[in-house]
Amino acid sequence: MSGDNVAGAKWFEQRVAEWRSAGARLRNLEHGKSAATATVLEAVRAYPEIARDLAIARRAAPGAALTKYLEGVYRELHRSLFRPPGAFWRGVLRLFTHDAAAVVRELRWQVATVVSLFVVCVGAGAALVSAYPELASLFASEQMIDGVQRGELWTDNLLNVFPSSLLSVRIFTNNIVVSLFALSLGVLYGLGTFYLIAMNGLSIGGIFAFTAQHGIAGRLFEFTAAHGFVELSVICIAGAVGMSLGEALARPGELTRAAAFQHAVARGLKLMVVCLSFLVGAGLLEGFVSPNASFPLGARLAIGLGYFALFVLVLSGALGRFASARRARG
Amino acid sequence: MESIVRIPSVTGVDVELKIAGPGGRSYAFVIDWHIRFLAAAAWFIVGTIAYAGGLRFLPANELGAGYTFVVVVPSIAIYFLYHPVLEVLLRGQTPGKRMAGVRLVALADGGAPGVGALLVRNVFRLVDSLPSLYAVGLVTTMVTKNAVRIGDIAAGTVLVYDEPPSSQLLDRLSGRAVARLGLEQAQLVRELLDRWPQLGADARRKLATDLLARASVAAPDDDAALRAKLEELVA
Repeated sequence: MSGDNVAGAKWFEQRVAEWRSAGARLRNLEHGKSAATATVLEAVRAYPEIARDLAIARRAAPGAALTKYLEGVYRELHRSLFRPPGAFWRGVLRLFTHDAAAVVRELRWQVATVVSLFVVCVGAGAALVSAYPELASLFASEQMIDGVQRGELWTDNLLNVFPSSLLSVRIFTNNIVVSLFALSLGVLYGLGTFYLIAMNGLSIGGIFAFTAQHGIAGRLFEFTAAHGFVELSVICIAGAVGMSLGEALARPGELTRAAAFQHAVARGLKLMVVCLSFLVGAGLLEGFVSPNASFPLGARLAIGLGYFALFVLVLSGALGRFASARRARG
Repeated sequence: MESIVRIPSVTGVDVELKIAGPGGRSYAFVIDWHIRFLAAAAWFIVGTIAYAGGLRFLPANELGAGYTFVVVVPSIAIYFLYHPVLEVLLRGQTPGKRMAGVRLVALADGGAPGVGALLVRNVFRLVDSLPSLYAVGLVTTMVTKNAVRIGDIAAGTVLVYDEPPSSQLLDRLSGRAVARLGLEQAQLVRELLDRWPQLGADARRKLATDLLARASVAAPDDDAALRAKLEELVA
């Protein structure tokens, strides 16, 4: 028997009970909040000891089963002890009262750029279709064009085809997907977002111009009045977030490209969570209010502008300031 | 060669995590896809039978709010929210990932990713799934250092193998065996004995002879005697 082997055996015999109990303790730590304080304290004490044992095992027997066992115990202890505290609902509330507004302030130039791009493209789409009516086929299907030429909107009788509930679900699902695309296509150095926003602007401008040529643009505006303000704003904001992702990749500054991208995504996501929840509301309005002929234009505008005002209150931080002031007054 | 990601720890001993490549990742995804597809389809079929009195597609104008919100929306939600919801609830795992023995961790600290990071990696499925069949995601897992897709790069996450530590070996390794053979040799003998029935006669004879020679013990000819000799060494 060599001296090393004897020392190894002594170390093994002294420590094996601790390794076994550390492994058994992991199951209790998995329960998170419900783990007993004594169990957690034991784990805190065992963590550096297991680290020391693992360092020895890695040198003495790399790749052996005991080393793998200690790797597993150490990994699980690390994961449990360094788990961040859970404050999910407080975090969600903070998103709506503070975080989203802070991100909007940081991205104000991107928001202004995307809104400008969108407005210019709406104008360009309208001008193109006004000058060359045949270009309407780029933005509308043949069926839509035939309907408009007969003086009918594709939104007429929508409720005879789909019930409001199904319509809402289809609409907000589609809008959420479009917004997420506008955001995630920012990964193509912002170009994907640029094209998506430009195409949306051109389509909307072109379609409004086309309906105007047949005298039904007012009815189309009436249809969009309740949901359109928030819906288009969210798509523009998603575009701004997408653009910030592209900017982080193109000009990462002092960070690595990956770190700058991760930072931009984490920041943008806070804003998008708030915006997408507003998009669900806009979808419900588009399914229940917009196609319902019993709502006059005044009511639609009141609903649409009221909802848009709430959107602005949240994204400007006014809601958060109001909540903070109330809390301060006690 | 195995890829390892090393997470620095306050102890000075890095936590080593074995990265799951495109194979392990695809395996977990295929299991998850089947689970979510079957669960969504089951909800839709059972709901439709209960609502319409039989399995038939209702015309759009016959669909009431009840059918939409109780049958259609939950089916869509099961399919599309399966990954984000389960990854958040199971701290970086899904049933498919569990079965494939993999888990998501934050690259920064090796712990479970936060809710925000998990949402981000799921939003970026839109890009990873382009143009179809997750082509972009699959290619990026093949060319990136940590075998990650774009969603993981955005979220700062990585998929790693997650083998729960098994204390079986500890129960069967004695201090006497370690003293006689050394830690590494004792474990090798124990592992060979564990795999004895799965190995071919020639392979186990070769390995056993080699290990016995290292312990300066003569190898008997008989297979059963060879095994008994190894058992004796690690007793």
